[in-house]
Amino acid sequence: MKQVKRSLGILWMLIAPVILFLLFAGAFTYIDPDGTKEINQPVPWIIIISIFAPIAIGLFVFGWYALKGEYDALPEHSDEI
Amino acid sequence: MPSTKGIWKVITASSVGTLIEWYDFYIFGSLSVIISQKFFPHTNPTAALLSTLATFAAGFIVRPFGALVFGRLGDLIGRKYTFLLTLVLMGGSTFLIGCVPSFDSIGYLAPILVLLLRLLQGLALGGEYGGAATYVAEHAPSNRRGFYTSWIQTTATLGLFVSLGVILSIRRIVGVEEFTNGNGWRYPFLLSILLVVVSIFIRLKMNESPLFSKLKAEGKTSTNPLKESFGKKQNFKMVLLALFGATMGQGVVWYTSQFYAQNFMLTVCKIEYEQANTIIGIALLAATPFFIIFGHLSDKFGRKNIMLAGMLLGVATYFSIFGQLKSISDPARKTVDKVLVEGGKQISHFTDGSVLTETIDKAGAFSITLGSSGQWAITGWVFIMVLFVTMVYGPIAAFLVELFPTKIRYTSMSLPYHIGNGVFGGLVPFIGVLISTLPGATALSGLWYPVGVAALCFVIGALYLRNRIDSNVND
Repeated sequence: MKQVKRSLGILWMLIAPVILFLLFAGAFTYIDPDGTKEINQPVPWIIIISIFAPIAIGLFVFGWYALKGEYDALPEHSDEI
Repeated sequence: MPSTKGIWKVITASSVGTLIEWYDFYIFGSLSVIISQKFFPHTNPTAALLSTLATFAAGFIVRPFGALVFGRLGDLIGRKYTFLLTLVLMGGSTFLIGCVPSFDSIGYLAPILVLLLRLLQGLALGGEYGGAATYVAEHAPSNRRGFYTSWIQTTATLGLFVSLGVILSIRRIVGVEEFTNGNGWRYPFLLSILLVVVSIFIRLKMNESPLFSKLKAEGKTSTNPLKESFGKKQNFKMVLLALFGATMGQGVVWYTSQFYAQNFMLTVCKIEYEQANTIIGIALLAATPFFIIFGHLSDKFGRKNIMLAGMLLGVATYFSIFGQLKSISDPARKTVDKVLVEGGKQISHFTDGSVLTETIDKAGAFSITLGSSGQWAITGWVFIMVLFVTMVYGPIAAFLVELFPTKIRYTSMSLPYHIGNGVFGGLVPFIGVLISTLPGATALSGLWYPVGVAALCFVIGALYLRNRIDSNVND
């Protein structure tokens, strides 16, 4: 199980840049000055990308921690935190 | 160990305030169409921009920011005064939104004021939940922590229910015309001040959390909760685990089963406004006791198992349930009994009691009022989806409290909760619409976002989370 947890860390690390790519690709595709829908406005995209970018980095870090075995055993007591 | 009498006072004081905060937050969303007309006319680009900011920034940026600001405060000065402050902030902002003159009266000042007040609402909500959950959990006996904190968990759904109830009641009392074009829409906002005053009165009588008081007396409170929560790897990795293994899945299930379902009924199924909200209201009310039931069960079977079961059920059934909603309300699948034309509208009566109203001069503008069997069938499906919410959401307060130490608990649990619920959950409607506009998309394609996020969260949670119930949160 420890090996599975560690190996999947690579997958979580890969998902992070994919999410960012999809968001930027979506923004380039849908932002349209002539569009009337919310999805065509730049502001929602700017907000979403600016908030999802650190989350994606967080997922990358999570994957890194998993790969390094940080989640092999969770702390039993708060003094371990 | 606190007495039973003591714990119920704690739960009442915390739950009433949190319920009011959710009510305050939801009425803005529920009345967004009217608010948009009054303050953010779409013919004016600047006002439309402010409207977009009010919609997105309040939920996605300010809520997590509020979690940091008030979480830090709660770990520094205590739980009681911090969540008292969030309540005052929320109640005051909501009341003032009801007082702001319209765009026609004061021009740009109106949307700017509403935007600022909406941001304050988001900030307050970001600080409230962590405080209330922590406060109750730190009073609760270890063997019933899931049960007692689950009362707090009912408040988000009950807040939505109360907001729908108040809006529909006032709409009926003052009439649709006065409600939408007069001042009737302001009353739900103004009512908030009464609710908040009562809640403040109750909360002022409460004592500080015993665990925090003990920590403070011993001089062991954190001096820099933000640094200790997110700057120390040992704690930060638990924050990440809470987010990716629990709260992001919980957030999407929460929004899909309630708000996305509501929006789907109105915009895809075209169910009549009052009937759609009545369906949601009945389903919410009927499912609410299950927050308590699943919170209680989490004390016996662990938090993780129940939360992940709720996520898995959502992943496995959302497509078929939303397909049922569409199918039941589809006029093409019904047998026409008679067709009448009245006042520019074509009204089709079906054999199952449903009534389709079409505006003759506007192609495609129609709404359907379902017959009794259709209404109850859809209510049943929505109820089942809200049950998933009760599974993922009922035990999560106890789960988060047990994950972090007392001295940085408020800060550490608030951020993953509000990113999971506010960001991942709050984006369900937007990303749902985005996906549904892709080539080849169907009315159900928007569900791929919540299903994908919940599935990812399920895998991470199943692999990395522990099902053990932490008996000692006094550390």
